[in-house]
Amino acid sequence: MSTAVLPYTVEPHPITRLYSGKLGIWLFLASEVMLFGALFSSYVLLRVGAPVAGPAAWPAHAETGLSWKIGGFNTLVLIISSVTMVMAWAALKTHNIGRAKAYLATTVFLALVFIVVKLTLEYIPKIQAGHTPSHNNFFALYFTLTGLHALHIIGGIIVITYFIGPGSALWKTDPEYFTNRVECTGLYWHFVDLVWIFLFPVLYLT
Amino acid sequence: MAQHQHKGGGHGHDHHHHDDHGAGHHELSYWRKYIFSVDHKIIGIQYGLTALCFLFFGFSLMMIMRWQLAYPNKPIPVIGSLFPSFFPGGAMAPEMYNAFGAMHGTIMVFLGVVPMLVGAFGNYVMPLQIGAPDMAFPKLNMMSYWVYFCGGVTMLASFFVKGGAAQSGWTSYAPLSVITQPHQWGQTMWLIGMVFLITSSLLGSINFITTIVQLRAKGLTMFRLPFFVWAQFVTSFLLLLAFPPLEAAGILQLMDRVAGTSFFMPEGLVVSGQMQSYTGGGNPLLWQHLFWFLAHPEVYVLILPAMGMVAEIIASNTRKALWGYRTMVYSIIFLGFMSFIVWAHHMFITGMGQKMAAFFATTTMIISIPSVVILTAMVITLHGASIRFNVPMLFALAFLPMFAIGGLTGLPLGLPVSDIQLHDTYYVIGHFHYVVAPGTIFAIFAGIYFWFPKATGRMMNEALGKVHFVLSFIFINVAFMPMFFQGLAGVSRRLADQTGYAHGNAVQGLTRMSSWGAWMLGLSQVPFIINFFVSMFAGRKVSENPWESTTLEWSAPSPPPHGNFKSTPVVHRGPYEYGVPGIAKDYFPQHQAGAEA
Repeated sequence: MSTAVLPYTVEPHPITRLYSGKLGIWLFLASEVMLFGALFSSYVLLRVGAPVAGPAAWPAHAETGLSWKIGGFNTLVLIISSVTMVMAWAALKTHNIGRAKAYLATTVFLALVFIVVKLTLEYIPKIQAGHTPSHNNFFALYFTLTGLHALHIIGGIIVITYFIGPGSALWKTDPEYFTNRVECTGLYWHFVDLVWIFLFPVLYLT
Repeated sequence: MAQHQHKGGGHGHDHHHHDDHGAGHHELSYWRKYIFSVDHKIIGIQYGLTALCFLFFGFSLMMIMRWQLAYPNKPIPVIGSLFPSFFPGGAMAPEMYNAFGAMHGTIMVFLGVVPMLVGAFGNYVMPLQIGAPDMAFPKLNMMSYWVYFCGGVTMLASFFVKGGAAQSGWTSYAPLSVITQPHQWGQTMWLIGMVFLITSSLLGSINFITTIVQLRAKGLTMFRLPFFVWAQFVTSFLLLLAFPPLEAAGILQLMDRVAGTSFFMPEGLVVSGQMQSYTGGGNPLLWQHLFWFLAHPEVYVLILPAMGMVAEIIASNTRKALWGYRTMVYSIIFLGFMSFIVWAHHMFITGMGQKMAAFFATTTMIISIPSVVILTAMVITLHGASIRFNVPMLFALAFLPMFAIGGLTGLPLGLPVSDIQLHDTYYVIGHFHYVVAPGTIFAIFAGIYFWFPKATGRMMNEALGKVHFVLSFIFINVAFMPMFFQGLAGVSRRLADQTGYAHGNAVQGLTRMSSWGAWMLGLSQVPFIINFFVSMFAGRKVSENPWESTTLEWSAPSPPPHGNFKSTPVVHRGPYEYGVPGIAKDYFPQHQAGAEA
C-alpha cells in the first residue's frame, strides 16, 4: 500500500470510486447549499412579506439602481473563470504544469476583475448614493448575499494563488495528489460561480 | 476545502513513517505532539478535557442561578463577595440572571455536550472502531478543535465586555436580541462565537462522514459497523446540513446588530415607548424558523451519539448481541431524516395556523416512534442476560428510564393543544433536561468510565465510580423532577424571581428542592473528579481488552500508538458476537479469524 498511514488520500476507494478529498469537498458543498439555501429562503420570505408601501416596502427594480450590464459582465467573467479552472485541471492531467499554472493565474485574474468591478462600479457608488444595507431590506439582502459570495471568491483566490505558488511544490513529489487538489478547488470554484448564477437573476433581473 | 495530512508528498512521507517505525525518528516536539497534534486520539482528548471544563463551568453558572431562584435577591454566599462587580451587593441582578441563563444554555449545548459527544468520543472512538489509522483529514481535524477553542474563548470573553454577556436566552430570539443592547457587545460576541462553533462542527462533520465512508477496515461492511459509528454517521449529516442555516441566521442577525439592517425587525417597532430607528419590513419569525431548523436536528445531535454509546456498553455488559441491530440502524437513519421536518413544534404559540401546526404535530408524533424502537431494542437486549453491573453499565442502565422520562414528557409538548399551556414553563425545562442531563450526561459518564482504560491504559476506580453514580442518580432527579410540577403550576422558565407571583410563590418550595438537588449534584461530582485525575496516574493497569468486548477498538493497544493498530485489522464478523457456540470464550472479536458465526 503506497499510503500506509492513510489510504485513499490519492487513489480512489474501490467502492465509492472517490478519493477522500473529493468526497470531503462534495460534503462541504452540500453544507454550502444549505447555507445559501437558507439565505435565498430568507430573501423569498422577506420579499413576499414586505410592506406594500412606506420606507420598508420592496423597491421597484428601477429604484434599486442595479445595472444588469455590470452584473451580466461579472457573470460572464465568472463563467470564463470556471472554464479556465477546468483547463488548468485538464493541463495537469496531461502533465503540463506550466500551462496549468497559466490557466490558474488566468482564473485568479478573472476573479480579481470580478471583485474590482463589484467594488468600484457597484458597492462604492451605492453606498455613496445612500443605498447602504440599512436603507431597506432589498439592499440589506443585496449586500449580505453578494458580500458573502464575494468572501467565497476571495477564499478561492487565496487557495488558487497558493496552488500557483508554494502549493505547487507537491507537483514534484506527487503529481496525482496535486492534480486532485486542483480538481477539488475547481469543484469549489464552480459552486461559487453557480451561486452567482442564482444571485444574478434574483437581484439584477427582478 | 480539502486539507490533507501529507503536505509536500503523501507517498514519501508515508514510507518514511512506515519504514522507520520503532526507530524513534518520529519524535515530535511537545507542541506538535500534544498541543497542535493531528492525531485523532490527542484531538479527542483535547476536545474531551475542554468540553468537561465547559460542562463544569456551565453547570457552575446554573448553580449560582439556582441560588437566586431558591432565595431571591439574597446575597450569594462566597461567590457573591468574590465577584462584587458581577453581583452588586452580593446578590444577582435580573440582567445578570438573564446573561447567566443564556450562557448556561449556550455553553452546555454548543461548548459542552456536542464537543463531548462528537468531538471527544466521536474523534477518539470512531476511527478505532472502524479500524482506521486516523481520521480522513487529520489537519482539518486539528483545525476543527482550534476553531472550537476560539469559539469558546469568544463566548467566555463576552462576560467581560461592555454590557456583559448575551442576555436573550440561548435561542437569541429577535427582536429582543437585536434591540436589548444595541451598543453593547455581548450578543454580538455571542454571534461571532457561534459562527466559530458552527464552522468547527461543519469541518468535523465532513471529516467524520468521509472517514466512515472511506476508511473502514477490510471486511467491515456498513452493517458490521458498531451502532456507535452509525450514530456518529447520522449525527454528522445532521450537523452538516442543519448548521449552515443557523450560520446564515447568525450572519443576518449580525448584520441587524452591526450594519443596522432589518432582517428580523418589523416596521414601526416600539420598545419602552421609544420608536426604533430601524427601517423595518423584516420578520422576527424568520429568526425562529432558521434557528429551530438547526436546533431541532441539534437536539438529535445531543442524543444520538449518547444512544450509540449506551448501545455499545449494553452489548458489552449483557454479553449479548444487540437485539434488533438492523432495526436500530434503520430507526436511527429515519430519525435523522425526520429531525429536519419537526422544527416548528417549537413555535406552536407563534400563531402559525392550524394546518401548519397539524403538520408539525404529526411529524413530531412520528419521530417519537424510531426513538422508542431504539430504546425498546436496548431494553429487550437486557432480557435474559447475565448482566455485569460495572460503573459504565450502571450509567447506561440509568440512561434508559431517564431518557424515557425525557422522551415521554415531550409528547404533550408536541401537540399544540397541550403545548400552548406548557410552552415556556418549567415543564419544558424539565423535559429537555431529562433528555440531556440524566440522559446524555449519564451516557457521557458511562462512556468516560467505559473508554477510559482504552485512552489511558488504566481503569477508573469502581468504588468511587459507584458512589458517583448513586449520588448523581439521586440528586439529578431531585433537581429536575420538581420542574414538571412547577411547570404544571404555570411558572415561566425565564423568571429570576417567581415569588412575586402568587402561583409562583405557591411552588417556591419545589424551586428550593430543585436548587438543593442541583447543589448536591455538584458535590456528587467530587468523587468523579478525584477518580478521573487519580486514575490517570494511579489506576489499575489493564491490557488492551479489559471489558472482553468484540469491537475493533479493543484490539488496539491501550493507549493506542500513533497509527492505532499493530497490524492493519481485518474484520470477519458483525460487531456483537457474544456467546457464540463452539468458541472457548464468550466473546468473538470482530478482528479474529475463525469459523464464521
